[in-house]
Amino acid sequence: MIQCNKYRLYSGAKNFGINVFLLSVAVTCLFPLFWMLRCSFMSLDTIFVDKSLIPPPLVFTNYITAWTKGNFGVYLLNSVIYTASVVVGIVIISSLAAYAFSRLEFPGRNFFFYMFVLALMIPLPGSFVPLVVMMNKIGLANTRIGYILCMINVGLSMSILILKTFFDKMPSDLEDAARIDGCGRLLIWWHVALPLARPAIAVIVIFNSLNVWNEFILAQLLLNDEALMPLQKGVMLFTNTNSVDYPVIMAGLVISVTPIILVYLAMQKHIIKGLTSGTVIGESC
Amino acid sequence: MKIELNITKANMFEWARNYCFVLPAIAIFSVFYIYPFYEIFNLSLHEWNGISPNRVYIGFENFKELMQDEVWWSSLVHAGYITLIALTFQNTLAFALALACDREIKLKKFYRVVFFIPPVLSEVVVGLIWQWILHAGVQGGEQIGLLNRFLDKIGLHHMVNDWLSDPKTALTCIAVVHSWKGFGWGFIILLAGLQTIDKQLYEAARVDGATSWQSFRNVTVPMMVPVILVVVILTVLGSMQVFVLILSMVNQGLVFHTEVPVTRILVAMTGTNRFGYACAMGINFGVVLIMISLLFKIISSRMKQA
Amino acid sequence: MKKIAHVVCVVIVGVAIFCNITGCVRTPPEKNVVTVWHWMTDRDQAFKELAARYEEQTGIKIKINLYAPSDAFSRKVVASAQAKVLPDIYGILGKKKIFASFIEGGFVVDLTAEFQKDNKQWEKSLFPKALAANRFVEGNVYNTPPGIYGVPIDVTNIQMLYNKKLLAKAGIKHPPKTFAELLAANKALARVGVSGLVSGFGEAWMAECFASNYAFNIMGQEKVFATYRGEVPYTDPDWLKVFTVFKTLTEEGVFARGIVTKGNKYAEQDFALERAAFSFNGSWCVNVYHKMNPNLEYGAMLPPAISTEYPMRIWGYAGSSFVVNNHSVRKDTAIAFLKWLTAAEQQAYLARETKNLPANRRALASVPDVLSDFAEVMDQTTHPSIWPLDESSLVLEKFDKGLQSIIIGEKTPEQIAQEVQEVKEREMAKQKRK
Repeated sequence: MIQCNKYRLYSGAKNFGINVFLLSVAVTCLFPLFWMLRCSFMSLDTIFVDKSLIPPPLVFTNYITAWTKGNFGVYLLNSVIYTASVVVGIVIISSLAAYAFSRLEFPGRNFFFYMFVLALMIPLPGSFVPLVVMMNKIGLANTRIGYILCMINVGLSMSILILKTFFDKMPSDLEDAARIDGCGRLLIWWHVALPLARPAIAVIVIFNSLNVWNEFILAQLLLNDEALMPLQKGVMLFTNTNSVDYPVIMAGLVISVTPIILVYLAMQKHIIKGLTSGTVIGESC
Repeated sequence: MKIELNITKANMFEWARNYCFVLPAIAIFSVFYIYPFYEIFNLSLHEWNGISPNRVYIGFENFKELMQDEVWWSSLVHAGYITLIALTFQNTLAFALALACDREIKLKKFYRVVFFIPPVLSEVVVGLIWQWILHAGVQGGEQIGLLNRFLDKIGLHHMVNDWLSDPKTALTCIAVVHSWKGFGWGFIILLAGLQTIDKQLYEAARVDGATSWQSFRNVTVPMMVPVILVVVILTVLGSMQVFVLILSMVNQGLVFHTEVPVTRILVAMTGTNRFGYACAMGINFGVVLIMISLLFKIISSRMKQA
Repeated sequence: MKKIAHVVCVVIVGVAIFCNITGCVRTPPEKNVVTVWHWMTDRDQAFKELAARYEEQTGIKIKINLYAPSDAFSRKVVASAQAKVLPDIYGILGKKKIFASFIEGGFVVDLTAEFQKDNKQWEKSLFPKALAANRFVEGNVYNTPPGIYGVPIDVTNIQMLYNKKLLAKAGIKHPPKTFAELLAANKALARVGVSGLVSGFGEAWMAECFASNYAFNIMGQEKVFATYRGEVPYTDPDWLKVFTVFKTLTEEGVFARGIVTKGNKYAEQDFALERAAFSFNGSWCVNVYHKMNPNLEYGAMLPPAISTEYPMRIWGYAGSSFVVNNHSVRKDTAIAFLKWLTAAEQQAYLARETKNLPANRRALASVPDVLSDFAEVMDQTTHPSIWPLDESSLVLEKFDKGLQSIIIGEKTPEQIAQEVQEVKEREMAKQKRK
């Protein structure tokens, strides 16, 4: 009995310690978001003066100003298109490649894999010049598809590296079973490997969504028309044009951050346990 | 003889089908990476200001000059310092948080969301906030910066500092902010890795009477080595190439004390207009990064053997 | 719930694919559309408004495209030049050497004939200082054929500003005119707990500009140019005096804490929130301060002179200029638009809307009050872009970083002078080898 209490006390203290630790880190993470929100509801007269935690008159007009002045409607749609296309493209292309690097046999397998890894290491600082020249030659400059292909390339190496690591780690019994059942490799990839790698794919989706969502340098290089520009260009212009109007800037930033947080919320659910049942194969083949 | 040929043919067919899996990746990669890489390498052998019609071929002169460029090598050291802090401080934090969130714990879902906020925030916000925290000025006898004000209030007046203008603290401040902004990445990748560990392994360890430390040491760590390696590689790459944060915290830098390779490359490109030299820097930097990753590869394979 | 999510995903991908396909169809360039690329975020709205007016008057559509920040803009222009896809009108950022390279590469129209048409009507309407930045004189060091290659949109100069209230609080009657007065004023300010001078020295060129002002004051233009030509070393006592200005201002506590890494945005914020009594900033600040703190009472002044031998010279130049693309098929239309843009009426509109100094003299009447303080000293300005020669960018980098070293007390003026001179000699040797 005493033993039991002691154990409970010990684990209680341990849990308490862990909770304090987690909470304190969480506070430092939440603080900037809170600060952004707080500023976005203030007016320019009070923002530098008022030090209260929640400023009394909440100003909602900042959001309207940000939305209309920043032309966010068009930009937002573009960003959704780019992010969705690039992420879908990367997930398919990189998981195919990573699966092949991990499971399939072909000559030059390691050579090609290390080529992708090496590409992660060598930054190409001046590559924008040949890139723009090439895109104009092949007629992909100032088109959505050109920008999407470029962005797929940007995230490809890292996604392949992460996915291959996870495929290597996964037990191959399920795939073997599927093969015996007569599934082709494409079906195995789609019905067995991809569902099993769900946590890793969630990571890739988060990773690349964020990357595409926050990108505007390449967009400005490859695209000319305002109507094709992504959201971050709007945010950036907006922060520079209203260089001092912090409440409106913060409102714009809140608008731009919200969708990506939603993507994360949707994706992080997939980073979970419990993908062991063999029913997956039964359903698929 | 005939049978052998058949096997090769079948193999060839098999390989061709397997190649189809990697073909899209290689196609995109060749067009958007290998071709620009070839051009960059070519440019690194020239002296060119980025616009002038005459590019002067100078062979490996740029690389030779780079060898003697003290600022360049010190910028590599600075990036290495930031990376070291990120590897230790940031990754330990990320791993500890991932482990904690892998347990049955209250508010688990809440934490999983919250820890990913810093990576999502734009550099503009991060820069603004940290400028405010680290502000060195005084107004009406009171410190403006939050950190300085805090130190002042608790009586540590001698610790009050010009955090970003002091060569002793500037780079560390940058490294800490970078780690704070980046630990969320390590956190979710490690968490995803922890989720793929079979629960039965832990059960088996418990049945064998292992303490939680022992099961961590003998189950978690060995299972996590490949994922940890990926996180380490990503941390190294991310930290070696950090620069937006530096620009937003110290602008064009504190003398040469906050220079990192990417800021040097940018200066060479648009500041001093030496395009060829910038390309040479990029390639040199890549070689250094490859050597670092090789080192990690060797260390990790040694670890696996041990 | 899951089904809805799936439907949403399918719709998004479908829309994406549709838009990709439609995006591929490129509309052929229209004839009566002039495209302008610029980087001026603060002026974008005003440009667009003017473009709309121009279309109303002439039926010619002007497309204003903004790319920012300025680094991204210059990269876009550099890459587009290589790909030969520059627009009809664009801007060139960076040193005059880069401008010269653009001309050499055949990307820029020589506008001299246009400016001199009808008894130099266009040329005469603009400030000579503004035109000078776009002019290449006979026998310039870049070997560019003499002529005017760009159209200035506005002018800028960089001065010191003082906070009237804070000065009054410290009992200072008039803003300091000499260096000694500045130090005295700072002592008085310190007694009432007010910081001295704030500026965006984290952006290297601002510290360089401050140093250049004092170099002109201490040794005069000829000696500065002689240094650039390599005839006077940086270890000369006069240059040492320039470096010592920074040491003195640091030791006397005139420079606000944290000045070396401060971005100008934050420096502007500090001055607008009355955290410092002086600021060193460009004429664009009128707009910024007005937005941050409409009640701020301040005036403009020259940096207090340290020597009486030569006059204080501040930097002033064409804040921004446009050039016309030599490969454009609509050169004449583009030039006509730029002529219209620099006419008095449009310039007055720009000055009112963006609170910048106009490039057109006749538009000056309509600028706000504080700005006229800036306009008054336009005659005392100079700028690297109008000098017949330029210093090597590597020497300047060392120079700028050296100033920072002095401010943080890491190195003495003597050491910095020595180090800058070493780089200068190395660069001169490199030049000679060619």
